[in-house]
Amino acid sequence: MLGWELPPYNSGGLGIACYQLCKALTKRDIDIEFVLPYSAEHGIDFMTVSAVSPQGVADTIRSGIAYDSFKYTLEDGSEQWLNIHDQQALYEHAVAELVEQKEFDIVHAHDWLTFRAALRVKQIKNCPLIVHVHSVESDRAGNSSGNPLVQEIEALGLLMADKIVAVSEHTKQSIIDDYGIPASKIEVVYNSIDAKDIEPLDSQNVYKYLSLMKSLGYRVVVNVGRLTIQKGLPNLLQAARLVIDKAPKTLFLIVGSGEQYYELITQAADLGIGDKVLFTDFQRGKNWRDAYSIGDLFVMPSVSEPFGLTPLEAIGYGTPALVSRQSGVSEVLRNCLKVDFWDIDEMANQIAAVVQSDVLRDELWKHAYKEYVQLTWDRAGEKIQQMYEHHLAKEGA
Amino acid sequence: MSRAIVLYLHVHQPYRVRHYTIFDSGNRHDYFNAAYEDDTSNERILKKVAEKSYIPTNRHLLELLEENPGFKLSLSITGTVIEQLERWSPEALQSFKDLVATGRVEILAETYHHTLAFFYSRSEFEMQVEMHRNKIQEIFGQTPRVFRNTELAYNNDLAYWADHAGYKGILAEGWDPVLDWRSPNYVYQPAYTDNIRLLMKNYKLSDDIAFRFGDSKWAEYPLTADKFSHWLSEDPDGTNFNLFMDYETFGEHQWHESGIFGFLEHLPKEWLKTDDHSFMTVSEVIDANESVGQVDMPQTVTWADTERDLSAWLGNSMQSTAIGSLYGLQQQILDTDDLALIDDWRRLQTSDHFYYMCTKWFNDGDIHAYFSPYATPYEGYMNFMNAYRDLQFRLAEKGVMV
Repeated sequence: MLGWELPPYNSGGLGIACYQLCKALTKRDIDIEFVLPYSAEHGIDFMTVSAVSPQGVADTIRSGIAYDSFKYTLEDGSEQWLNIHDQQALYEHAVAELVEQKEFDIVHAHDWLTFRAALRVKQIKNCPLIVHVHSVESDRAGNSSGNPLVQEIEALGLLMADKIVAVSEHTKQSIIDDYGIPASKIEVVYNSIDAKDIEPLDSQNVYKYLSLMKSLGYRVVVNVGRLTIQKGLPNLLQAARLVIDKAPKTLFLIVGSGEQYYELITQAADLGIGDKVLFTDFQRGKNWRDAYSIGDLFVMPSVSEPFGLTPLEAIGYGTPALVSRQSGVSEVLRNCLKVDFWDIDEMANQIAAVVQSDVLRDELWKHAYKEYVQLTWDRAGEKIQQMYEHHLAKEGA
Repeated sequence: MSRAIVLYLHVHQPYRVRHYTIFDSGNRHDYFNAAYEDDTSNERILKKVAEKSYIPTNRHLLELLEENPGFKLSLSITGTVIEQLERWSPEALQSFKDLVATGRVEILAETYHHTLAFFYSRSEFEMQVEMHRNKIQEIFGQTPRVFRNTELAYNNDLAYWADHAGYKGILAEGWDPVLDWRSPNYVYQPAYTDNIRLLMKNYKLSDDIAFRFGDSKWAEYPLTADKFSHWLSEDPDGTNFNLFMDYETFGEHQWHESGIFGFLEHLPKEWLKTDDHSFMTVSEVIDANESVGQVDMPQTVTWADTERDLSAWLGNSMQSTAIGSLYGLQQQILDTDDLALIDDWRRLQTSDHFYYMCTKWFNDGDIHAYFSPYATPYEGYMNFMNAYRDLQFRLAEKGVMV
């Protein structure tokens, strides 16, 4: 498998999805070597994790390059600036060298960053290629056309692949619309979550101010995610303005970093709700978990979200969710509120309904949690395994 | 032995609350006026049901009444559906009047707004029953003598009330845990009452028509009038087969294509072939038979879903909050003497609103489809609560403390 990141060095959902999928596949006795462009200790024992790039580029991953199409500079070990093409070329050559000495049946590549390397492997080894699409360029660019250089690589990978995995119907449709790939070549395998895998909360929430305000009758709306155009946060802030007019005791907690960070802070102040919107920057561990759990409602207002794991994490930590209809997770989760990302009035209406009714909050969560505990990555593992077997049988024939 | 089919059909449409947001609360009071193309448009739904169900079914029923002097039936028809028919389908309303004009159609008493008021406010309940009686007298020239409560929600208290209010009969579900070894196919007397009689729905036979009729996987499919009459004839028990169902069974729940109208057309002919077989209205069957025993129902039983209780309307905290909040405004609302405000408050009491907030089927995704104009129960609750907030706003405007 070719990937760009694994936890704990992930910038977002891509690394987590790769990790969980591989874990589910290895439980089905599939032997995986996962090839990364950087070297670091991941503490993973169920598969081999290989680093192919000579330079330590863990910082690359942190910088969010796996997602941000517009940020193509990165700092390598020798303090040189590499553009994304140089970076990909390095990875491609290193992967090509690695596979010369290895035996394997299938190459499975995650997202466009690994596609060039994947195509090289297919060329060398003449093995089936499965490309796994966690997002397409138009998602990352917030529904604009995005970077043409990235699109070129994406198009090539999608055309040359023997099979394409999309993480939702939403993503499948984007692949069809953006690249003219026939629907029959694309299979939807939803991301998931395993309830037993999530770190438990402890008794003391780290957000003491918010805990106090809640005891004074305030209610808290949370978003966790990268602050990029794809995530639709300016709309959430506009909705927040409308909510606060109706329900002044509402606070908004925005957890994450990204290129819109300062823009969003400024926007909140301009809207006159600077005191009601709290920004925490990027958080991990307890600070991250406690953000989910302090919320009365989690909102994912994404403009285009291939899957969207955060609402499921929120539900796992006791908070119901409002998600944009332009998300993959809205296809699998029934007991949540749904809104079109552009419909700011309706977003505000639904947020206001929850912050004004603990009963609605509790019922929503109770039923969402019942769905949540049923979720498992094993179903995804099963579908991918069947795909592997199908392609190997075809090869053998 | 003389045996009667007691066919009783329930006609009702609620005033569905439109997509009504927190930004509408305090600004617009038109909770029930969805745009025509919306899922919650009462006008569109009423016209569709009138065209698909009421008008064709009444045409069939009228023919049956004309062709079979022995055919009779009973109807309950709520105030909220009569109002909507007056406004949007006078043709369908006229077809109901034509049925009643044959003299062989009996109309039952109930709450005007199809509410659960009995369980929340006795005075409001009595007012709604009176409103309904007046409306039925005005439209159909009949005075109902047999009572049916919303959703057939019944208990001993209700029977006691109906007895003292002078009704000769009352309807309830023929639920096995209540009946135990007894058959629903007789006339009973409710416990602790003096004069009133109890008719219990034979839900197995009723559901054969209302739910299973069009199901090609059902072992008895296809159900013919011949076969159905034969079952009744073979049944060793009973004087009366109480077939109670929603009117919309005909043409709406069971589509025209299922053959339901053919079944309806042949049933009187098949059943009346035998001399001592008859059709009776609810009053007639009570007059014709002695009570065979008392039925004690301290717990509320309804005709809905597998639990036969009120949990489909009041089972979750959104439902209990919504209905509790609404009845909490009773005194303030009535004190205003503002008829428009009072009417809106009563329309919000219609039990359907609370049913739309039911989460149990939405979650299970089992055989019960989530039967609602809203995508989710949460949406139903949000719209309702915003309408409730608007009632509060209107009270506050009048200087009433809320």
